[in-house]
Amino acid sequence: MSTSVEAKRGAAPAPKPAKPRLSDRARAERRLGLWLAGPAFIIMLAVTAYPILLALWDSLFKYRLTAPDDRAFIGLGNYGVILTDSVFWRDLGVTLLITVITVAVELVLGFALALVMNSALKAVRGWLRTAILVPYGIITVVSAFAWFYAFDINSGYINHWFDWVPGISPDLNWFADGPTALFVIIASEIWKTTPFISLLLLAGLAQVPGELTEAAEVDGATWWQRMGRVILPNMKAAIMVAVLFRALDAFRIFDNVYIMTNGAYGTEVLSLLAYRTSISRLEIGMGSAISVLLFLCVIIICFIAIKLFKVDLTGARGGN
Amino acid sequence: MPMDARHYGRPRKRARAAAGIALAIGATLLTGCSSEEGPPTLTWYINPDDGGQATIAQICTDQADGAYTIETSLLPSDAGAQREQLARRLAAGDDTMDIMSLDPPFVPELAEPGYLAPVPEDVAERTTQNVVEGALTGATWKDKVVAVPFWANTQILWYRKSVAEAAGLDMSQPVTWQQLIDAAAGQGKFLGVQGARAESMTVWVNALVESAGGAIVENPDAPADEIRLGLESEAGTQAAEIVSAIGKEGLGGPGLPTQTENTSMIQFQGDQGSFMVNYPFVWPATNAAVEAGTLPAGLIEDIGWTLYPQVNAGEDTAPPLGGINLGVGADSKHQDLSYQAIECIVSPENQSLYFTTNGNPPANTDAYNAPGISDTFPMAETIRESLELSKPRPQTPYYNEVSTGIQQTWTPPSAVDPATTPATSSEFILAVLKGEKLL
Repeated sequence: MSTSVEAKRGAAPAPKPAKPRLSDRARAERRLGLWLAGPAFIIMLAVTAYPILLALWDSLFKYRLTAPDDRAFIGLGNYGVILTDSVFWRDLGVTLLITVITVAVELVLGFALALVMNSALKAVRGWLRTAILVPYGIITVVSAFAWFYAFDINSGYINHWFDWVPGISPDLNWFADGPTALFVIIASEIWKTTPFISLLLLAGLAQVPGELTEAAEVDGATWWQRMGRVILPNMKAAIMVAVLFRALDAFRIFDNVYIMTNGAYGTEVLSLLAYRTSISRLEIGMGSAISVLLFLCVIIICFIAIKLFKVDLTGARGGN
Repeated sequence: MPMDARHYGRPRKRARAAAGIALAIGATLLTGCSSEEGPPTLTWYINPDDGGQATIAQICTDQADGAYTIETSLLPSDAGAQREQLARRLAAGDDTMDIMSLDPPFVPELAEPGYLAPVPEDVAERTTQNVVEGALTGATWKDKVVAVPFWANTQILWYRKSVAEAAGLDMSQPVTWQQLIDAAAGQGKFLGVQGARAESMTVWVNALVESAGGAIVENPDAPADEIRLGLESEAGTQAAEIVSAIGKEGLGGPGLPTQTENTSMIQFQGDQGSFMVNYPFVWPATNAAVEAGTLPAGLIEDIGWTLYPQVNAGEDTAPPLGGINLGVGADSKHQDLSYQAIECIVSPENQSLYFTTNGNPPANTDAYNAPGISDTFPMAETIRESLELSKPRPQTPYYNEVSTGIQQTWTPPSAVDPATTPATSSEFILAVLKGEKLL
């Protein structure tokens, strides 16, 4: 809907049905596009396609970095071990749990923040945006350490500040138990990345034409009705892009878990498993296989988002 | 906006000029590198410390009188991360790996594929005289010295004199784990042990199993699929009984499942402190905290030390062994000079200096006789005695798998069951070693 509105308002008429014969202008534009994107595309191929293909190849071997002579081709053997191991499924479950909870909470919080930013007075808007963006500007490792030390049983202050909350006492060791440790990891993740999602939503919110909401208001629509019938449908593309980006990001969570628990007590996530297998154990073959599976999971998420929810990633480009 | 072809001309000229400048700069840089002269520079990959290794590097550079210059390069603080970085560099054939500070358990893994340059026989002979037995074992692989012992670490039993007295324990005699458990339980105090899912857990389990007369790995130099574990034994069960008792009765305090060497020291320094097994760094750290006023002045007087506790009364204890050995990379361009430098680094004088300034105990017993040692470390004699009794962790190329397997099955301590844990952990580790399970 937003694109159609923009198309109507757009200055340039869209050359839609002219598929077989391109105009000179369109051809020049396409050539420029190739020139602009080409070098980046080649570099992308070199730095992403090559390692991905190498990982695929390595995953078919039993290969340990410190035993290079024992390297042996075992076909899909590594995948067999991984997919029949409860560790992989447990880690996948933990990763999905973190992804679903963080994205859901962040979407709600981020939308609220976007609304606040959008309707704030001009004078404070700049300050407000900066303040909201601060957590996102902090390096994840730094924020992970900050959260870790805040909740740590020896040096933390949370246990003392919140000992009036049932279940929290000075003796509560947050990182000794899966659920409590995951709570801290998820909370820190939400604190850190909500600004990102709210910024994406703010951009979507700004796209909603003011006249539509005004017209709805004049027609007597309540706030909830305007939100549900006018604003949200017009923001669908922005919301889906925000959800997709954050879901992919959350699914690859690493820093927070690595710093806070290093995967102990049922908090291990898939990327940590891949790291521990290929970097700590130096099992290049098995580690590559886990990485490939992680990559497949990410592709599946993309596929679900794009095909099932029909996210149009190029929808933001006006006039096509 | 579509761009007119005419606009392309000028940028292209500019790009050519830029490429020319870049080429010129690159050429200057290259000639700058190749014209390097003077004594060869040896790179020493060091683990983080209080600056002691850098000082020794300077001393040896001065003593070499122009034969070589030693430059230090810092490794990550975590022992596992140090191993990862060294292994990756060695596997990639990095020729700057002249001297490396190696944690003993990881020596076999690097020695087996031939990543370490052989130690010349005369160097091995000179540098292993008067070296404590545990440290020598840690530097040996398949009956050959493959690294040079530099310093050796061990855990001793630290205790609060007031608590020991109240429990009626005679600390001049060897004590057992059971006595400590009873004493701490009787007074509602916490025992200082390391129950976190980390390397320190393996250190603890290994010391318990070895003290009970067993061994975690029975044939450490066997290939991965032939390794036999000694956990399913009387010694393994006894070790599990101790870990489980401390975990289940809450004797390690609420922080036990995440307790490392540092956090157990903080607990020991507090009101709940009673007994603690830990490395000698505790002494300078506690003194510094008292001097800074963060801990009460009377604390130092209340702290005593003795040998690591026994598992069975009357049987020798087997305290943990740590420390650092020095190795030379097989692809290093200056192997002879590196071994010359290592001989300088591990001289008894430098080892004593390292002990008094950084708190890391010498591997060479001669170094304990240096003046000033007993002033800085009144427990130096206990440390030396402990080193003589100490037993290294399993010396196998698959140490990482064995250690991580133990960490995953023996933590949290409260979940350890003497009846099942040794068997489950054995099965798990063997399956991982055979490549049938993920770690």
